[in-house]
Amino acid sequence: MNVWHFVAQNHVEILELTLQHLWLVLASIFFAVLIGIPLGIFITRHPAWNKPVLGGANIIQTIPSLALFGFLLPAPWIGARADRLAILALTLYALLPLIRNTYTGITGVDRAVVEAGRGMGMTDRQLLFQVELPLALSVIIAGIRVAAVISVGLATIAAAIGAGGLGEYIFRGLAMVNNQVILAGAIPAALLAILADVSLGWLEKRLSQAK
Amino acid sequence: MTSPNHEPAIKFRNVSYQFDGGHELLRNLDLDIQLGETLVLLGRSGSGKTTTLKLINHLLVPTGGEIRVQGKSTVEWDVIRLRRSIGYAIQEVGLFPHFTVARNIGLVPQIEDWSSDRIQQRVEELMQLVGLDRQLASRNPGELSGGQRQRVGVARALAADPPILLMDEPFGALDPITRAELQREFQGLQQRLKKTVVFVTHDLREALMLGTRIALMEAGKLVVVLTPDEFLHSPEALVKAYVDAFGTDCKK
Repeated sequence: MNVWHFVAQNHVEILELTLQHLWLVLASIFFAVLIGIPLGIFITRHPAWNKPVLGGANIIQTIPSLALFGFLLPAPWIGARADRLAILALTLYALLPLIRNTYTGITGVDRAVVEAGRGMGMTDRQLLFQVELPLALSVIIAGIRVAAVISVGLATIAAAIGAGGLGEYIFRGLAMVNNQVILAGAIPAALLAILADVSLGWLEKRLSQAK
Repeated sequence: MTSPNHEPAIKFRNVSYQFDGGHELLRNLDLDIQLGETLVLLGRSGSGKTTTLKLINHLLVPTGGEIRVQGKSTVEWDVIRLRRSIGYAIQEVGLFPHFTVARNIGLVPQIEDWSSDRIQQRVEELMQLVGLDRQLASRNPGELSGGQRQRVGVARALAADPPILLMDEPFGALDPITRAELQREFQGLQQRLKKTVVFVTHDLREALMLGTRIALMEAGKLVVVLTPDEFLHSPEALVKAYVDAFGTDCKK
């Protein structure tokens, strides 16, 4: 039978794995946004921290994902549940694009606009929330988009440590030397990545037009 | 025109400003700006005139000496309160691209928590004052011409009715016709509003037209402070050089 028959026959399991996959990605992006955006804002206010923060996030990026999953296994509490571990690792990988895009988004705001705002007596908070963040938003969303697409791909590796997701099928298929099984995992994963890319790309475009 | 107790609106006392690295942009500046006058800071690029302006609203902090605004040292003032009581208009204007014209103008009133009715009324008033069509209120800055944007900038600076106005070459980026138009209108505005204005320019004609007094600056030092009339007839070398550079069509 071909891939589509296989998918139709196993659609329940595939759907389950897709939802697991989605859960891993969404949770990690959520945490990456929660940590990354404030960090990005922080380094715009404290430029001395620029190099260490961006450098640190960069280094995390260079660690091979399977290795990172492996390193974190012995960690208490985190290592105990595979999905927690996967979410932590995915969050770490999503940090760099988020911190970096928040930073470049904010510093990319027209200097004259910031100067005018400061000169008129806006507090730093007012400047941040009324001027800098709104104007940096489309760049920040671009960062989320990059992080999401990377996450969808990386989350397939999570299956190697038992965290579930579409990677399950890919690894299973590799073990069975069965292409259909591999594709049944890979195609939905690819579709998810495309979906994330397109929907966030649309959002990014909408926001940059609103200026 | 001086204030009742002859206290200048703005006072520079032996002010110096030095970059974090050595280069002194301003040296030993002593200058009094009287209430209600339009003091023009005239000079070349690098003369220190913009630095002087930014020291008034504490966008720059002096490395030596003291600036007193309305009798109080800028270091003692709460920075936010100081800046909100000073209107600030720059050459690039710096309008918020994501705000409508109305919202741009109403910025300081909004952060000062005025009621929305009061803000709206004030915005309408100001648009009329600076010669902006009411229809433009809901437009975004990107849709406006350079002259219109600059008018919005001036309206925005005047919004909370500050006693002091700082203007950094506000008409410099405009075409000559629009520039002349705005200069004339500003002159009229000044006569009506009687604010204390510090106006930076490198254009002598603009200085002669708009200034009550002209403070000529060169290489970070104040050279002379003269009325426009005195300026045209001064024997001082640098002043003469300036007048000559601009030709004999310098008339008020």
